[in-house]
Amino acid sequence: MSNLTHLTIADAIDGMDKGDFTARELTEAHISAMDETRELNAYIVETPEIALDMADASDKRRADGKAGIMEGIPIAMKDLFCTEGTQTTAASHILEGFVPTYESTVSGNLWNAGAVMLGKSNLDQFAMGSANITSYFGNVINPWQRQGSTAQLTPGGSSGGSAATVAARAAMAATGTDTGGSIRQPAAFSGIVGMKPTYGRCSRWGVVAFASSLDQAGPMTRSVRDAAIMLEAMAGYDEKDSTSVKLDVPSYQKALTGDIRGLKVGIPKEYRMDGAPKEIDQAWEQGIEWLKAAGAEPVEISLPHTKYALPAYYIIAPAECSSNLARYDGVRYGLRVDGESLDDMYERTRAEGFGDEVKRRILIGTYVLSAGYYDAYYNKARRVRTLIANDFKKAFESVDVILTPTAPSPAFGIGEKMDDPIAMYLNDVFTVPASLAGLPGISIPTALSSEGTPLGLQILGKAFDEETVLKVASVVEEAAGFSALPQLIAGGK
Amino acid sequence: MSVDKKTVAKIASLARIRVDEEQQEALTGELNQILGWIEQLSELDTEGVEPMTSVVEMNQPLREDVVNDGYYVDRVTKNAPESAHGFFAVPKVIE
Repeated sequence: MSNLTHLTIADAIDGMDKGDFTARELTEAHISAMDETRELNAYIVETPEIALDMADASDKRRADGKAGIMEGIPIAMKDLFCTEGTQTTAASHILEGFVPTYESTVSGNLWNAGAVMLGKSNLDQFAMGSANITSYFGNVINPWQRQGSTAQLTPGGSSGGSAATVAARAAMAATGTDTGGSIRQPAAFSGIVGMKPTYGRCSRWGVVAFASSLDQAGPMTRSVRDAAIMLEAMAGYDEKDSTSVKLDVPSYQKALTGDIRGLKVGIPKEYRMDGAPKEIDQAWEQGIEWLKAAGAEPVEISLPHTKYALPAYYIIAPAECSSNLARYDGVRYGLRVDGESLDDMYERTRAEGFGDEVKRRILIGTYVLSAGYYDAYYNKARRVRTLIANDFKKAFESVDVILTPTAPSPAFGIGEKMDDPIAMYLNDVFTVPASLAGLPGISIPTALSSEGTPLGLQILGKAFDEETVLKVASVVEEAAGFSALPQLIAGGK
Repeated sequence: MSVDKKTVAKIASLARIRVDEEQQEALTGELNQILGWIEQLSELDTEGVEPMTSVVEMNQPLREDVVNDGYYVDRVTKNAPESAHGFFAVPKVIE
């Protein structure tokens, strides 16, 4: 039964429809896979009993002819989504023990579509980080290793637990959230598919907020088709989120026609970075060739303000974080550390409850929003954000999608880049600009680095045109034929 | 622009995060490194550019001004470190 954990969502649904196996059997296989890969620390809480109950209910729905589009599929839920009755921590000490009395819209949508919850996956604390090394519950380990080495690599972040468990075949898929690259970069580091939809496509209600003008939920899967299936289940208008968009959710699978003849693919010249490893450029060139061979036309474009995206992001995101995280005060939920006065209680609670990176960002955010600096920093960054969005708008007048590398390097070792916050921030150099512009993007694994670890390519699209993004991604996926497996995998290689 | 130890202490107090003397020192260096890097935005002329307020062009949705949720104090206070009589309890604030 162990090969059940290697199936895609699409194949598993076929298998269950045909009666080859049940949701319970599929879930049991994944529960043992979670056991086997526990060394990855991909989960903060595993929920095997809930999973089995949900699987049984799913088998019954299928028998009754009431199967949803994710019916019986066991998934990991990033521990940033509030789940009713199951602890939700955002990987922080300050929310340790918090058990929501409500369900986030996106997780609720997935359960309504028939998905089964295996557990709550680990992440960077409050989704702030690019290596999954800021979790209060310990680092997540990438199931991939460099050739001839057992050194532990980072799975990327912030959705590192989600990426690691999907790569290790211990979940068929997982939810992620992406503020500046937190779905796409870990997908690239872990050799899986990760998609950030357009801002507004998925409801943010019930998702622990980091930077509300940027946060967006999305699917992390092992194929583009699976991403299409899962996005359809997650997306949709929600009146509880005033930034959720009232648009019909298309059947994304129908977009996967494989026909991209005549499509124009933008190649932004500013994404050729000095000092980036040669193999990143080579993988990119290869991607361009594949699309050309499929009948698309590469077009060189310019996104002139690209270099200002990261510094603008590191004003806007901390500013919003300092405001959003003001709610953790030891009064309504989570940790309380007693003090001599109310203010003293707040200060001690927040000092003990937040990790170093979270505190750094709250302090930067507080500073850039404080009297006298608001205009110089925060308003300046919002003006730069307009320029970046305009760059994309102009580019999309002449192209249908944009192709870039996902990250400037393959997965690095845990412990590397840790002393220098800015070196860590640079991981998101290719993902942040589209986040600032609210655009949809996907990362697909296409090649192995010289170290034997995965590399990803990113496809960006027009707002709410996830369909074209998925269509082009499936062509790249087909051409790449990426079938390599990580070293630390359930059931062995 | 850069911050000194005194400013870091002030920001920390505004953010209600207790930071001791030793940490103030370390944070001053870290924050200045980040602020120095952010500074590159100043070379960009943004005169006349509107600051972005919403990344998706849409009208704010309106709804009827009616109560459509609530009446479950137990659920709201369930996760509170301390609550009493349906309220959140905090240390005494009035002498």
